[in-house]
Amino acid sequence: MNTVKITINNREYEVPSNYTILDACRAAQIDVPTLCFLKDINETGACRMCVVEVEGTRNLQASCVTPVRNGMVVKTNTTRVINSQKTTLELLLANHNIECLVCNRNGQCELQDLAERFQLKDIYFENYKKREPIYDDASVSIVRDTSKCVLCGRCVSVCKKQAGMSVLTFIDRGFETHVGPAFDEKMEYAGCIYCGQCINVCPVDALKEKPHIELVWEAINDPKKHVVFQTAPAVRAAIAEEFGKEIGTGATGKMVAAIKRLGVNKVFDTNFAADLTIMEEGFELIDRLQNGGKLPMFTSCSPGWIRIIEQYYPEFIPNLSTCKSPHQMFGAIIKSYYAKKMNIDPKDIFVVSVMPCSCKKSEMHRPEMAVNGNRDVDAVLTTREVAKMIKQAGIDFNNLPDEDFDHPLGEYSGAGVIFGATGGVMEAALRTVADVLSNQDLKEIDYNVVRGTEGIKEAELDIAGHKIRVAVAHGGANAKKLMDMIKSGEKEYHFVEIMGCNGGCVNGGGQPYVNAKTRNSGLDHRKLRAQVLYNEDKSKTVRKSHLNKDVMKLYDEFLGKPNSHLAHELLHTHYHQREIFPTQEN
Amino acid sequence: MRLYRSHVLICGGTGCTSSRSNEIKQEMEKYITEFGLENEVQVVMTGCFGLCEAGPIVIVYPEGTFYSRVKVEDAKRIVEEHLLKGRIVKDLLYYEAITEVSDTVKAVNEVEFYAKQMRIALKNCGVIDPESIDEYIAVDGYKALAKVLTEMTPEQVIEEITKSRLRGRGGAGFPTGKKWAFAASYQANQKYVACNADEGDPGAFMDRSILEGTPHSVLEAMTIAGYAIGASKGYIYVRAEYPIAVKRLNIAIKQAREYGLLGENILGTGFNFDIEIRLGAGAFVCGEETALIESIEGKRGMPRVRPPFPAEKGIWGKPTLLNNVETYANIPAIINNGAEWFASIGTEDSKGTKVFALGGKIKNTGLVEVPMGTTLREVIYGIGGGCPNGKKFKAVQTGGPSGGCLPEKYLDTPISY
Repeated sequence: MNTVKITINNREYEVPSNYTILDACRAAQIDVPTLCFLKDINETGACRMCVVEVEGTRNLQASCVTPVRNGMVVKTNTTRVINSQKTTLELLLANHNIECLVCNRNGQCELQDLAERFQLKDIYFENYKKREPIYDDASVSIVRDTSKCVLCGRCVSVCKKQAGMSVLTFIDRGFETHVGPAFDEKMEYAGCIYCGQCINVCPVDALKEKPHIELVWEAINDPKKHVVFQTAPAVRAAIAEEFGKEIGTGATGKMVAAIKRLGVNKVFDTNFAADLTIMEEGFELIDRLQNGGKLPMFTSCSPGWIRIIEQYYPEFIPNLSTCKSPHQMFGAIIKSYYAKKMNIDPKDIFVVSVMPCSCKKSEMHRPEMAVNGNRDVDAVLTTREVAKMIKQAGIDFNNLPDEDFDHPLGEYSGAGVIFGATGGVMEAALRTVADVLSNQDLKEIDYNVVRGTEGIKEAELDIAGHKIRVAVAHGGANAKKLMDMIKSGEKEYHFVEIMGCNGGCVNGGGQPYVNAKTRNSGLDHRKLRAQVLYNEDKSKTVRKSHLNKDVMKLYDEFLGKPNSHLAHELLHTHYHQREIFPTQEN
Repeated sequence: MRLYRSHVLICGGTGCTSSRSNEIKQEMEKYITEFGLENEVQVVMTGCFGLCEAGPIVIVYPEGTFYSRVKVEDAKRIVEEHLLKGRIVKDLLYYEAITEVSDTVKAVNEVEFYAKQMRIALKNCGVIDPESIDEYIAVDGYKALAKVLTEMTPEQVIEEITKSRLRGRGGAGFPTGKKWAFAASYQANQKYVACNADEGDPGAFMDRSILEGTPHSVLEAMTIAGYAIGASKGYIYVRAEYPIAVKRLNIAIKQAREYGLLGENILGTGFNFDIEIRLGAGAFVCGEETALIESIEGKRGMPRVRPPFPAEKGIWGKPTLLNNVETYANIPAIINNGAEWFASIGTEDSKGTKVFALGGKIKNTGLVEVPMGTTLREVIYGIGGGCPNGKKFKAVQTGGPSGGCLPEKYLDTPISY
């Protein structure tokens, strides 16, 4: 690699020639402050927090976007630099809604961190000019509060580049500038898929999930309610981050122990339902393959992806698996099989799904997601929200003993665990489909070709003499790319997995915030979290969904066989085309 | 071509237009017909004369009689007295165009405001009808383009511009030849030439006047630039608040296409180049080159990170040459008169002339073009006439919002980059 010599604060360093000044400074253990900068996503040099002095240039340079060059002389902490950064911060705070003590992001706010770092004596320009704030909570998934927005543009860029949606954009000029959907439409009516990547990258509390915490506390404290929690696979891979642990720390046992201590009646694992999903979806695929059904078949676990297809590719709705997503299946099973088994009236059961996802909050409201008038799921907590509840309850998460999920619906296979990573559903399905088609218990079950964070992965597999072409895409932008290729006939597949979020559920819109500094350090939180899941998969003795004993029992005792009439009633759903920009009257 | 004994030039710049110069023209034409002079006198609507303070301006040639602050109701007198009877209407003359002692009349080019200027970019402003390509061609218009296309290689063109040492007139002063060479050095299946006419600094109207007065100069220069860097398409990004400039640009583009000076196979040389106008929607930031490019692409005008510079990745990600209106307006003259001629004007580091808009508490509000190296004092007092009503000078603000205020002690600073 080519390197250049660069002097930073009177010391000489040798750094790769493709570095920016910011990269070089961080390699030299100098933490230049940033706000708008997100590597590969938002590289605009707009906020001016990261300015440095570069010898020979008249103005301070934005270090995040200025490439290094040989012989460059940089100063990061001169009075001029610090005064400029302070003034920038003062200006940012001037029309920020400073209600930090009662803010959702209190303690997890990048603007707050900057304020702490610079120890401003006063907010010099406070209240000089404020724009009229917009508080948009019309959506059942994402809430927008422009009074907190610092106009960094991170959400705008992530929505365009990763989600591929461009729902959020800058509107108006000067002091009136704000971020929102075009024509100041509400999120609900703007073609949004609720992937929540905007929430994940927001440095402040301008974007957040629709809160369900109060609703859940109310149910827990209602003696008439039988409260059942279920946790999605990706939650265990990230929740420890909320309690100060490194990214990539698995915490299944502590998570279960903590939730049990919230006072809930049962804690089940959505993984069980993931295995159930594979049974239904796997057999659906086999049926489509053998009986000339609509192909390619698309997975249906990700509600963000469902919103993509319903709004942008409605002609492919018949290609979607009719399976509900795992947590909805689980809700339906809890309120039928489990309720019967435990002799509880389903109306008294309150199902809480702990999800890495902001879109699940919208999914649970779909009218189809109910059986006999009972909602499958009553509340969806994000990983962040459940961590907040654990903190509220004063539970010492890190020092808890590991505990197990409750039974009879707590058993899960390795295949269920990997649902949380992109390619996981595909791999889990292939494990079952391959066994069923070959009528064997195959030993080669690691489908590495569908793992990893490549935007679009594809493979042709030989499964029991069948050539099966598969593809995996994650994040709206990649999904659209793949769909356009399928639509144009450029690509043909049998089975396609698509997740609404980049990296799959481990990077869902409800996962713990990964601040810009960490993201920019080159650390890939998607990979680290996915690794937790793959490790857990490896450690399981049962790694195939159809070998999950509790699932087999469920079929024996209740459902009959996969895709049975009852299974269809409880576990399957249907989809419909959605207007991208519906008028509010509709 | 018909010969006229007299030409009446009426300013059709934005300032004079808002003082009803259009109606003055109609009135004069009406009386010229009434007095039976229509075969002897031609009325021409020109671009800005520069001395906006004295507008609406009417000049009668061949004498060069300089009437100022003409009202619609004065039209009849000028036609009847001056054009019919040959008697100058002295009370309508510009105050400096008449010597009180000898009662002699000075021609327009003798009054101080004009005598001290040197006009290259503004050469045709106030001289020709900007809506007539024939008049532009009559003053050597498109000669430079013909020369470039038939006698010079693209490299020679860039070499000539480089040798002239012209620098960007938008403000940053980047060497124009170097910019052209950069844009030429990138290989691509499509390149673009763009013109920044998003003049937004309060009080500035240099670019507007050039576009209003000699739009073909800009088209010619852009076509030359297209040849030099290997581009076949040009965009002029002009603010919508300049309706007259936009109208005249549209007329000019249409005429140039009709004459085969834009479009396919220009002058039979096989070179293709066409120009499209994009209107700005009033955002100041779109004057910044990368924001302007975003806006041309139909996006919100927000600056891009540089590098890559527009010369490498500009409009639609293709190599793009972007110059300011005034920069382009100098190009035909450089090609016609040679780089040495241009480089002989101005100072060591700043060659040629610079157009300035004078506004505020100054006697001769208007537009001036002076050689680089002229002092501020000369511009303010020599040409601008100093502060009105004998008031004391306090400071001059230069360079728009990002410029500064200079007090009296800096007035002898020569103007340069």
